[in-house]
This record gives sequence, C-alpha cells and structure tokens, in this order.
Amino acid sequence: MNTTSLDSRTTQQPEDKARQGGVSRYENRLRLATVSPSVLLLLVWMIVPLAMTIYFSTIRYNLLYPGENDFVGLENFYYFITDAGFLAGAANTLILVGSVLLISVVLGVLISVLVDIDFWGRGLVRVMLISPFFIMPTVSALVWKNLLLHPVSGIFAAIWRFFGATPVDWFTHYPMFSIIMIVSWQWLPFAILILMTAMQSLDQEQKDAARLDGAGPLAIFWHITLPHLSRPIAVVVMIETIFLLSVFAEIYTTTSGGPGYETTNLAYLIYNQALLQFDVGMASAGGLIAVVIANIAAFVLIRLIGKNLTDKAS
Amino acid sequence: MADLKIRKLRKVFDGLEIIKGVDLDINDHEFVVFVGPSGCGKSTLLRLIAGLEEVTSGTISLDGRDITDVTPAKRDLAMVFQTYALYPHMSVRKNMSFALDLAGIDKSEVEAKVQDAARILELGHLLERKPKALSGGQRQRVAIGRAIVRNPKVFLFDEPLSNLDAALRVQMRLELARLHHDLNATMIYVTHDQVEAMTLADKVVVLNGGRIEQVGSPMALYHNPVNQFVAGFIGTPKMGFLDARVISTDPHSVTIELAAGTRLQLPISGARVSAGNKVTLGIRPEHIEVVKASESAFQVEMDVTEHLGSDTFCYVRTSSGETLTVRAPGDFTGEFGQRVGLALDLNHCHLFDESGLTIPKLNQRAA
Ligand SMILES: Nc1ncnc2c1ncn2[C@@H]1O[C@H](COP(=O)(O)OP(=O)(O)O)[C@@H](O)[C@H]1O
Ligand SMILES: [Mg+2]
Repeated sequence: MNTTSLDSRTTQQPEDKARQGGVSRYENRLRLATVSPSVLLLLVWMIVPLAMTIYFSTIRYNLLYPGENDFVGLENFYYFITDAGFLAGAANTLILVGSVLLISVVLGVLISVLVDIDFWGRGLVRVMLISPFFIMPTVSALVWKNLLLHPVSGIFAAIWRFFGATPVDWFTHYPMFSIIMIVSWQWLPFAILILMTAMQSLDQEQKDAARLDGAGPLAIFWHITLPHLSRPIAVVVMIETIFLLSVFAEIYTTTSGGPGYETTNLAYLIYNQALLQFDVGMASAGGLIAVVIANIAAFVLIRLIGKNLTDKAS
Repeated sequence: MADLKIRKLRKVFDGLEIIKGVDLDINDHEFVVFVGPSGCGKSTLLRLIAGLEEVTSGTISLDGRDITDVTPAKRDLAMVFQTYALYPHMSVRKNMSFALDLAGIDKSEVEAKVQDAARILELGHLLERKPKALSGGQRQRVAIGRAIVRNPKVFLFDEPLSNLDAALRVQMRLELARLHHDLNATMIYVTHDQVEAMTLADKVVVLNGGRIEQVGSPMALYHNPVNQFVAGFIGTPKMGFLDARVISTDPHSVTIELAAGTRLQLPISGARVSAGNKVTLGIRPEHIEVVKASESAFQVEMDVTEHLGSDTFCYVRTSSGETLTVRAPGDFTGEFGQRVGLALDLNHCHLFDESGLTIPKLNQRAA
C-alpha cells in the first residue's frame, strides 16, 4: 500500500504540472472572455463620441447650411483659436478657476479650523456652511442675480443704500468678480466639507505634544494643522479644478458671457459656437481644444499635487 | 533638582469629579509610577501635572515654584504619549528638534542635542526617516528622544508601552529602567499594568476612582497593602480573598473561622477587632502550598491547573464555593476534581475589616 501510494505520487506529479498550466491558460481565457464585454462597452462608450467629435471637427458642419459637409482639415481649429473670443475665453477660464480655488482653499481652511473649536450650536453652523453645495447651480445663480446682486431690488443694493452709497450694478461693472463670487459661494462649502472632516481626524495628542513643545496656536496651525490638511487640500484642488473648468450654468443665467467677452469661458464659448451660431464643426474643434487644455491642467496638477497624494497614501 | 509637590488637587469634568483631592510628593531622581484600573484618572492626573488640563482647585509646584497656572511649555516637563503623537510629516530629526527650533536655539546646539539623544536611544541611522517608516518600538524611542532633547526636570509617560507587543514591551521596560539610571532623571509613569509598576518604580502610587489608595515602594505595597483594593491590585496572579469570622482575639493573635469551616490563628494584633466581626482573609497564591488531603484541615477541590513550566497555577474551590489561586512548582500534577489540602503561610496572611481596611500585622515587614 505504501509503495502504491508512492508510485501514484511520482506518476502524478508531471500530470499535475501540466494540468496546472492548462488550468491557468484556461482561466486566462475565461477571464478575458468575461471581462471583454465591459471593456468593449467602455471603449465604445468613450471612443464613439470622441471619434464623432474628431470627425465633426474636421468637416464643415453648420446647421444653417445643411448638406455642405465637406472635409476642411484643421480649418475649424484655426478659426476657433483665432476667434476673438478664444484668448478671452482661455484667460477667463484660468482666472475663474484660479480665483475660486484660491478663495475656497484659503477660506475653507480657515473656516474648518474655526468650526473645529467646540462652541454652542456648532452642528447647526456646520450644516449651514455646507448647504450651498446642495443647491443647483442654476438656482443659486438666479438667487444671486435677482435677490442679492440686483442693482434695484437686491439685498446688496439695500445695504449700499442704507449706508448712503450708490448701489453697484454688479454684472455690468464687475461681471467677472460677480461670477467668481457666485461660483465660490457654491464651491467653498465643498472645500469646507472635505477639510472639516479631515480636521476631525487630527490627533489631539499631537496638538498636546506640540503645546508641550512650546508651540502657540499659530505655530500649531502652521506646523501641525496645515501639514495634516495638505492631502485633503490636494483633493479639493483636483476635484474643484475638474468641475470649475466647465462652469456654465452660472454664466448662462447671469451674464451670458458678457459684457463683450468679459465672462466668457471656454465652456460658454463652445456653447456659443454650437448653439448660437449653429457651427457644430467649430464647436467640436473647441471641445477638443478644451479636452486638451483640461488634460494639460490635470497633468500639471497631478505632477504638482498627485505626488503629495501618493507620497502619503502608504 | 526636581521636587514636585501636589496639594489638594481636584479636577472636575462637566460636573463630574475625576480627581478627588490628591496630595503627593515626588522627589528628585525618583521613578514614580501611577497605577490603577482603567478610568481611575491616571492620565488626567498626569495631564494636570503637564498643564494640558486646567486645574479645578489645588496647587502643583516644582522646586518651590508654583506652576499650577503656568503654560505647559514653561513647566520644564516633557511628556511621552500613549500613541507617541509624533508629527507625521516631519523626519525623526525634525520631530526631536521641533521644541528647540521653536525656542530659537542655535542650530549647532540643536544638532548636538539631537545627536546626543539619537546616540542614547540608538536612533542615529533613522534620523532622516518619517515616523510612518518606523516600527512601533522605534517610534516609541523617537517619542522619548523628543522628550530627552528638551532636558526637562521631569519626564511624564502615559502608558508608553501599551501599544507594543508583549516581547517588545519587556525589552522597552528594561530600556526605560536603564534610561532612568543613565539620565538620572525624575520620571512619572502612568500604567494600568501592575507588573510595569512593580518592575520600574521606586515609588508606586495606587490610584482608584480619582483618589490615592496608597503610596509606597513596590515591596511595601506587596507586603503591607493598606487595604483590600491595593492588596488585590498588586501582584499576579491576584491575591485570593476568603470570607471569615473572628472567633477570638488576644494582643498577639486573632483566631478566625473561614466560611469553609477551617479555623486559623493569625499573628495579627487583636486590638482592632473583636469576636464575631466579619473579616476577609487575603492570601497570595505564592503563600499557599498544596498538600495531601489528609495533612490539612483546609480541604479544597481542584479546578483548572495552568502549567507555565516554571510554575503551575492551580485554581481551587473551597467547600463554601469560594475560589483561590495557588502557585505550585512547575512539575506539579493535579487532577480536575481531586480533593487536596492547602497549607497557608500564616505569616503572610492579610486580614481586612468590613470596610476593606487592613488590620495591621504584628511583624510589619520592612519595605
Ligand atoms: N476631557 C475630558 N472630558 C470629560 N471627561 C474626561 C476627559 N478626560 C477624561 N475624562 C474622564 O475622566 C475619567 C478618567 O480618565 P483617564 O484619566 O483618562 O483615566 P485613566 O486612568 O484610564 O487614564 C474617565 O472616566 C474619563 O471619561
Ligand atoms: Mg489613560
């Protein structure tokens, strides 16, 4: 009995190996077969619109002149880039994204540190701080336009008059500033939400240790709190950048990109080309340029901040 | 110099009194251990000393200077926290130099102090690492290094070993003892582990429910606990307690009858008790011997036995249903359910009155 079992073991071994190889090859194929439908779907999902956009961007495609869809090469790109609105749109996009990021990060950090201190009614204050984030952009833009910034019936105008000053016509005289205000009002709560949550995971004993080491409130903020928040700040910057590059509803409902091109960002410019001038070809070219710009922004951000993210993730 | 005096210290949290009037003297170079069950206020007492909590009433003074209301950084104390509380984004070097840098001390002097601490703690090769790249024991050492560079009058430790595994805990315990010797420093050490207290302390402070139960050397606490709480808290395995009744007293002895029926004559002064009093007999496992059933009037039934190799711990049940732990030699064999006799070392029996206070022995052992 002993010998038979030994025998069977020796003979089985090579078979085992062969079988193992067979199984893994089979499993590989099975994996490929089961995964491929979703991969294909994703590919189609991505590639079809992209391919169509690329195709549209290379033909003359104006809804006002149906049937004249001949190939024009890079002409659409040329016209989009040399359009009077393009440089303004790119600059405005940068200004809008940059200012809102700056405001939401700086104020976000300060406010989150403040509401981390225990005081009566803190829970309510926190909810109120975050709530603007849940209001639709269109609605909040309308509220700002009609209830707050309106030069006649707005609350700001009322305050100005109360102090004897002439009410400001915000959207006429400070159009970009007004848009930045509205968009910041929406995105600051997001920053607060992320940073406030992060503050709660700050180790109390670290602060105690710093106090014993002779750190005052400012030194603790600078050496303990801020480094602790560096990762959530990176998250806020990344996510907000992605969304702020495509701000649209706020501009559409308030200034419609004006006066002139003063509040036209790239998203609005593309809309303008496609739906006001019915030039699908040029809008597609603009869309592709926007994609490139967004990718450059993402690349730069990931180089700047992403390193910080992966660095600490371990 | 480092003489810490605590007087009538009280601390109230949200209307709840956590520290209920503590008086304590800590002398220069002493290794003092606060020990007590979880939640008894050890950490709170330490944090009051450190200045991290505001004192409700009472005073703390260090070398004659009243530091009750002095900010933590100006008290000449350094603290090592249970979670180490290292600054995660700073290198080991920066962690240790942080306090000195904040104080604006000359760079070369800071470097010298950091190097010195790193040498004492064998951290030299880790100075550029971040805390997350260190093991538990190394983090612990960095936390201690952060305290050493400040050259404080008193070191405060809050359960510094409780996050380490058992083997490392023993090793760090030895290192702490060595460090105390090398630095010749005054240290206050908080733990709920009475083994750490016994092995490290010059002076143990047993806390319970925000009050000091007893202060003394480890041996004094072991041999002469002032009450049943201290007796039960100090020593492993725990002291066993048996209900008893006083039968008769005379100036040099007390005769008691255990609930199990056995009578014992103890060398304890009879002045404090009288016949008929309810008392509790306390006896440590190492002062009981298992003998043949026929050789002792005190007979018990064997329960579980635990073989540790060096010793065997036998859990026995008396006829009155009480349990006792007996420490027997390593080669002891006993069977579950077996009837055996117990021989108690009468010189090491403790007697507690109904309120739990110790009835003094005749021959109080020197601490
Ligand atoms: N900041 C605080 N606020 C309210 N209660 C506290 C605070 N710190 C400690 N306590 C309470 O004080 C008691 C003792 O805590 P502590 O000193 O941490 O005990 P331990 O002896 O385990 O270290 C606990 O019941 C705890 O709930
Ligand atoms: Mg504690």
